[in-house]
Amino acid sequence: MRIEYTDSLIIGGGLAGLRTAIACKKAKLNVLVLSLVPAKRSHSAAAQGGMQASLASSFKGQGDNEDVHFADTVRGSDWGCDQKVARMFCHVAPKAVRELSVWGVPWNRVNKGKRDVIVNAQTETITEANESHGLITARDFGGTKKWRTCYTSDGTGHSMLNAMDNKAIELEIPVLERQQALKLIHDGKRCTGAIVRDLITGEVFAIVANATTIATGGFGRIYEISTNAVICDGVGAAMALETGETPLANMEAIQFHPTAIVPAGILTTEGCRGDGGVLRDADGHRFMPDYEPEKAELASRDVVSRRMTEHIRKGKGVKSEYGDHLWLDITLLGREHINKNLREVKDICEHFLGIDPAVDYIPVRPTQHYSMGGIRTDFRGESVGLKGLFAVGEAACWDLHGFNRLGGNSVAETVVAGMIVGQYVVEHCQQSNVDINASLVKHFYATQCTEIDQLLERKTGTDALSIKTRMQHIMSEKVGIFRTNGPLTEAIEELKALYEESKEIAISNKVRHANPELEEALRVPKMLKLAICAAQGALNRTESRGAHCREDFPERNDKEWLKRSLYYWKKDSVDVSYEPLNIDEMEMPPGSRGYGKSQIVEHPQTQTRLETVDLVNASAEDLSRSERQHKLMPFEIPEIYQEKNQRIGVED
Amino acid sequence: MRKLVFHIFRYDPQLEGDKPRMQRFELNETEGMSIFIALNKIRAEQAPDLKFDFVCRAGICGSCAMVINGMPTLACRTLTSTFDTPEITLHPLPGFELIGDLSVNTGKFMRALSERVGSWIHDENANNISIDKLEERMEPALAEQIYELDRCIECGCCVSACATKAMKEDFIGAVGMIKLGKFELDPRDKRTSKDFYQVLGNEDGVFGCMTLLGCQDSCPKDLNHQTQIAYLRRKMLMALN
Repeated sequence: MRIEYTDSLIIGGGLAGLRTAIACKKAKLNVLVLSLVPAKRSHSAAAQGGMQASLASSFKGQGDNEDVHFADTVRGSDWGCDQKVARMFCHVAPKAVRELSVWGVPWNRVNKGKRDVIVNAQTETITEANESHGLITARDFGGTKKWRTCYTSDGTGHSMLNAMDNKAIELEIPVLERQQALKLIHDGKRCTGAIVRDLITGEVFAIVANATTIATGGFGRIYEISTNAVICDGVGAAMALETGETPLANMEAIQFHPTAIVPAGILTTEGCRGDGGVLRDADGHRFMPDYEPEKAELASRDVVSRRMTEHIRKGKGVKSEYGDHLWLDITLLGREHINKNLREVKDICEHFLGIDPAVDYIPVRPTQHYSMGGIRTDFRGESVGLKGLFAVGEAACWDLHGFNRLGGNSVAETVVAGMIVGQYVVEHCQQSNVDINASLVKHFYATQCTEIDQLLERKTGTDALSIKTRMQHIMSEKVGIFRTNGPLTEAIEELKALYEESKEIAISNKVRHANPELEEALRVPKMLKLAICAAQGALNRTESRGAHCREDFPERNDKEWLKRSLYYWKKDSVDVSYEPLNIDEMEMPPGSRGYGKSQIVEHPQTQTRLETVDLVNASAEDLSRSERQHKLMPFEIPEIYQEKNQRIGVED
Repeated sequence: MRKLVFHIFRYDPQLEGDKPRMQRFELNETEGMSIFIALNKIRAEQAPDLKFDFVCRAGICGSCAMVINGMPTLACRTLTSTFDTPEITLHPLPGFELIGDLSVNTGKFMRALSERVGSWIHDENANNISIDKLEERMEPALAEQIYELDRCIECGCCVSACATKAMKEDFIGAVGMIKLGKFELDPRDKRTSKDFYQVLGNEDGVFGCMTLLGCQDSCPKDLNHQTQIAYLRRKMLMALN
């Protein structure tokens, strides 16, 4: 058995993982990054429209700051998020954009003078200030009060990942490509590394590390159609779950993006609507203002996706052999704008649909897009239950997004979380040592090898791919946008049966090295565990909050459900428990989002907290913005990120 | 719908005794079928050991480049309907280490290339720039020009379509030149023309290019390699003065 040693092991080479690795390397730690694919090909590259940060340099961003970004994020989450984490995030996001600017991201810039923009399907002329010329600009996105989404055309994630990976290369950070971590090494209290399989040679080996960080992204591929890359299988999260010692959280909170193309399920950015595109039905009618008079197409994603589905159910969808869909119309933006700011969308339309989006409508439908849930961590990114295990980015649930994530907040989260959690990983490594327990390492190594041996030796059994396909179908049919008791109950039964079946997977290709069938066989039982968590959480939660919508329980029930779901894997099945969100600590007590249907069962403490917040605000009138904020809800942040963010023409 | 006939390169270099060969697969074409869909179907139904690489399957990540009917391109966004004849031949990208069948190690190549050309912003002062203060300004048009060159997805099509590269192992290739061209254009990178000349101003760099422009023809992102190479040549000649 080969054993590698490092201070900081990072599993996942996307934006979150790389930024965490950079923090470690800058602190002179030994660091090792594992990635399924070359780092620049990670799913971070697929983020198109941009990243939210309240720089407030452009005309439509004037008056923006951390407070406004924070309030948008909390409303977007339907009060499900951890408000302290949201505060940390909003404070560091401008720094993240500026750091990436130093590292080479060619952010689009403010161009002084008059320009035409499209707002609510009307042309408006705005004048960008001379003093903002050349600063980083922003576009509009859903669920935001200001234009806050910084971008490079519609290839933002690609540019960010290029700059980030280049920085990692400059710092000589080793990224081991085509490696899959399959098991965490731990003693029930402390995580000390992982068991890894080399996807080319097939070698199984151990990496012992002082800190282990999971940055493996989301698990969209448990669904039949997802905008996610094919590598977004959730194995990282499942690996943490399988320890039985550390929980996943909010697995039922799954985002469906309103505009993925039909049938391929490939994303077209929210920037299409942010820049002025509209949604139309089979009659060519722009229907969103009928449902959402104020925000129309730019309500939060959960709301738009539900309204679209509702409208399709009314028979207003466009019939196609791949099911009903609606139209995304960006023709009103004009060819020049599309060629410059929506060129990936244009490419996707040309290659996958054979249409020209400057003249044709784009067929779209809500499609699985993002996992708000993940490995439960504290605000420092450290897991609950296992010291030395950290999680960051979409794989984690430090809980920035609650039950719905705003567009532009995830690619921002990857980098911001990498910066923040990276500092705490460094702190951990500086304060603790790892005792190498050879027999423990051997135990996990042997368990993993046995699993592989059994798969290779089993002569007959079920096919992993067929199990996966059935799981994906169940998730799409029964744990989708609208949920009810009956189908959810069936889903759980069916998924559990599939899980039992997955214990008898057999493969025909018996080689130990590069073997796609073996990879699938190792992956599918893990994916099933996540699917069972999501379905069970969705059944248990008898309310509707953010993206989790129960037709049989349409109200948001703060009284019963202002809490986070936690999932432990015990005795080979899921054990769900709950962690309350503390209203007395909230800067923004629960209220109405201002979009979507508002049916709320109030929490008994909400009113008291609202009164307290009013009192504190009244007594703090003479204080600065940040002092006032700290009186309401103090939050911690690594020292190097505590400075205020400068904005043009603004003192505070 | 047609019956498609795929001829797929098969070889597992790690399997003792295995020899490179072409294998034939038949598949019923479906509406909107891409090579991504076709290969997954073949793997699911006929050849579970077939190796290929897809990640984003949306033309964004550059993982799936292969030679399709003689042309290096992205498999995920190549629709089978674009071919008049139902015969489709697939080879792995030449010029890269073969992992097996259609899977090649472009990642290893690209990381080595990035290290060789110093594919990052070179600025000794970078660590002193505050990220709390207003960022350094940049002309909007310049930012767009830099983005244009930043669109490279390192898919490797230009490398496999390059005759110069086929003859000269160490030739930097269009992907290397587009990288350096980006940093040369970017005022945040403090390298001088002379610094770039060290990497580019030789037979393995911009002067080795035979200007056959296979790169231009095969680039799935339509990057303007021709203009870029000409620009860098001029720049490098000027650096000598």
